Amino acid sequence: MAATGTGTGYEAVIGLEVHAQLRTRSKMFCSCSAAYFDAPPNSHVCAVCFGMPGMLPVINSRAVDATILAGLALGSTIPPRSKFDRKNYPYPDLMKGYQISQYDEPLCVGGGLDIEVDGVPHHVRLERIHLEEDTARLLHRNAPHGEAYSLLDVNRSGVPLMEVVSAPDMRSAAQAVAYLRKLRLTLRYIDVSDADMEKGSFRCDANVSLRPLGAERLGAKVEIKNMNSFRAVQRAIEFEIERQGALLDAGARVDQETRGYIDATGATVSQRSKEEAHDYRYFPEPDLPPLTISTERVARLRAQLPELPDARRVRFERQYGLAPADARLLTEARAQADGYEEAVALALTAVGGAPAGVDAAHATARAVAHWFTGDVARLLHGEGGERALADTRLSPAHIAELATLVERGAITLTTGKEVLELAFASGERPAAIVEARGLGQLRDEVEIDRVARAVIAAQAKAVADYRGGKPSALQFLVGQLMRELKGRADATAAAEVFRRHLDGLPP
Amino acid sequence: MADGADPTPGALLDAPVHEQACALRAGAVTARALAEATLARVRAQEPALHAYITLTPELALAAAEAADQRLRRGDAAPLTGIPIAVKDLLSTCDAETTAGSAMLRGFRPIVDCTVVARLRAAGAVMVGKANLDEFAMGSSTEYSAYGSTRNPWDLERVPGGSSGGSAATVAAGGVPLALGTDTGGSIRQPAALCGILGLKPTYGRVSRFGVIAFASSLEQVGPFARDAEDLGLLLGAIAGHDPLDATTAPLPVPDYTADLARGIEGLRVGVPRELLGEGLEPGVREAVEAALAQLAALGARIDRDVSLPSVGASLPVYYLIAPSEASANLARYDGVKYGYSAHDGPGMWDDMEQTRDRGFGDEVKRRIMIGTYALSAGYYDAYYLKAQKVRTLIRREFEAALATHDLLLTPTTPGVAFRLGEKLGDPLAMYLSDLFTLPVNIAGLPAASIPCGFAEGLPVGMQLIGRAFEESTILRAAHAYATVTDWHLRRPGAVAAAAMPS
Repeated sequence: MAATGTGTGYEAVIGLEVHAQLRTRSKMFCSCSAAYFDAPPNSHVCAVCFGMPGMLPVINSRAVDATILAGLALGSTIPPRSKFDRKNYPYPDLMKGYQISQYDEPLCVGGGLDIEVDGVPHHVRLERIHLEEDTARLLHRNAPHGEAYSLLDVNRSGVPLMEVVSAPDMRSAAQAVAYLRKLRLTLRYIDVSDADMEKGSFRCDANVSLRPLGAERLGAKVEIKNMNSFRAVQRAIEFEIERQGALLDAGARVDQETRGYIDATGATVSQRSKEEAHDYRYFPEPDLPPLTISTERVARLRAQLPELPDARRVRFERQYGLAPADARLLTEARAQADGYEEAVALALTAVGGAPAGVDAAHATARAVAHWFTGDVARLLHGEGGERALADTRLSPAHIAELATLVERGAITLTTGKEVLELAFASGERPAAIVEARGLGQLRDEVEIDRVARAVIAAQAKAVADYRGGKPSALQFLVGQLMRELKGRADATAAAEVFRRHLDGLPP
Repeated sequence: MADGADPTPGALLDAPVHEQACALRAGAVTARALAEATLARVRAQEPALHAYITLTPELALAAAEAADQRLRRGDAAPLTGIPIAVKDLLSTCDAETTAGSAMLRGFRPIVDCTVVARLRAAGAVMVGKANLDEFAMGSSTEYSAYGSTRNPWDLERVPGGSSGGSAATVAAGGVPLALGTDTGGSIRQPAALCGILGLKPTYGRVSRFGVIAFASSLEQVGPFARDAEDLGLLLGAIAGHDPLDATTAPLPVPDYTADLARGIEGLRVGVPRELLGEGLEPGVREAVEAALAQLAALGARIDRDVSLPSVGASLPVYYLIAPSEASANLARYDGVKYGYSAHDGPGMWDDMEQTRDRGFGDEVKRRIMIGTYALSAGYYDAYYLKAQKVRTLIRREFEAALATHDLLLTPTTPGVAFRLGEKLGDPLAMYLSDLFTLPVNIAGLPAASIPCGFAEGLPVGMQLIGRAFEESTILRAAHAYATVTDWHLRRPGAVAAAAMPS
């Protein structure tokens, strides 16, 4: 894939390192709460995660389980033995002066993720997944008279972090973002991480290099840090590909270095040259004996794995007769897919026990799907940011009931949309709303005919347009009628009434 | 103490713990009176000996009163009311814990280390925090930032180290028991130089939680005492699995005093020839040879045809692994969070550098630099990794030797206590005084130093090395040996003389 707009003769090679915080109750090596987000500074701290002299780490086995679970979901091999190592570097946010991490015997080895960009499938291999501890946080401040100082919040120190390292298998910024989205989806599906980039529970560093198209050997690798959103990842990689391409075009050399992404400018700037790179002096953590991971433990965790997004999407297409795009949308969050399946089951029951046949059942499932992917999604993604169904007054039962009312013809689709808004606002059941507000479908043909004639009389121009050969004018007339009847008429039937009047009679 | 002996607190000070415990339980003396007498003697000795960094008289008296209540209730443990000194490397939340370093002057931990917590639960009475080489790095206690401790047998000589304060106060009769730590010989070597017993337990036998770390894979907390029974009592009180230390073994703790009197008839004692060869002072050799003869007379089967071919590599192996671990363990002292902090520099990194430059002594800096170098990219394979491989080799050789022998016997040290300042300018000479003890830490095995004679008027110790988690065998041999010798009963006069009002 040609990668740059500057020089077209290069291929970008991209590998990603993702740090995902694990959703364990306690920290990696002590019993402090790991829920540091929004907690008052230094409220989740003990002698161990503060790095006091003589303190020793004790492994949180839940964090090990969560990492293995992620490995199993991503197709990794789980070696029978694993160990922790010390990664040494001085920094005030690193309480012990070293980070307990894993160097050469990670918990998970290999694996991969299938992604898709513009309909083109692509496989990204994983190198490894290992477990480590997070650092404390430094908050940089300025005193009133300008003197800079830093505050230390130790709450995050020792929170378990899983690092997922991909192979250099991506060739574009779009693929990198697709990989991140898929990884986030998978980690959320198995409920091991919030994987929220904005909250810092899902962090990404990118390794980007360019090489001449067709070349085997990799170019000098640039590590990009400080990308805090998918958009930042996209822009940073695109910028870096441009930058390196321009350098190579000019016959210059790309330096191996670490660069930071600046969100305001969309550019990357040099942070650390190869010569300044840390020597982490890894060595085995003497305070923790090597871990033995039994086949029984792996089997128990494998049995805990839920149906994963790809499998679920394929099943949705088959079981519910959904279009691939709808199946994909519905499986993009586990809670949403669960809600959808619950609503379909309720709707099928409401429509009359065992439905007449597969086609009828598929029709019901599709109708429910359209509510989920259309109007419900619009409400969830509306003002107030992204919400899950569970965070609103709507439930799968509401949506099932709504779909059933429309499918039975008890209300029109237009009325259904209105009922949904009301239910979303109040939490009332759709049937109750229809009942209370008299929104049931209008079947009085005389009344519909009367309103149609009034519309014809009032909309001379649209009538003329329609007769002059503009069929779209008919939609306008139907719309006027619907407005008059508050959407309670059946739109198809109304159009038929207009046609009867306008096609049959001379002007 | 035989029946009918003087039960006054003063007389009890020189009695073994098991006799002190009997007197306490019988109500012949109160824990408070014993603590007061102990503190009086320790205070009188301190100007000459300087065994302590911090004395904790108020804490001791409060603990003694609590012990008296327990004694009256009748729910006393073997160590209830017994005075004890604790090496100042062990965290105590009610007393300063300095690790012998200026870096931690005034530092008060927020939790007790597990062994101190266990001693408190047992009702022991801590009288103070004993002096040591800074961060347990040294063999003479001269590297303490709080001044040198003296050897009670000759105040111009070192008590050994790093647990020199603990050994000196027990040897001088200040307290009957003390805790030390042993990373390369830091219990056994001062025990030998001070003429008392000291035991390094099997790695994983005793919790390291709260013990300020020097070399995590090598060190253990262990007891000092004046006889084998007391050594076993204290070991039993501190040993056992600790959920806060993942390297402790989940094994039951035996009664270390139950088996003492069984004798050593038929016990197979191996003498590794590499550890009884060159570089040994003649007086030490004579004492150890005499001890071998006495053990044989007690029924032990002495085997001199034992070899540990790789044991000669112990010193370089130790001085790669221990400093490597130390370089990481001591990285946390940056002046940001606790302890000494320099902040007169132009920026954060300067302050951190100055903190470490002024806060650490030369020997500590030397080891941090060696360790940092050994772990560096390009050197790791040649140094740290190779040292680990040789470590495995040494461990296997010990295991093989102990497969056919119940104990191995060596001198504890190549020589007797040296003069203050004698080896300060020569780090290698200082390191060599641990030549016979280092291999045991490398192998993770239990070993004790037992007084076995005198040379030049100074104590000599022999080292008994046992199989992993078989400390009982060592204690049994030490006990049997003490039934036919009285080296452990000899007491130094130097401190008493120095403490006399002139």
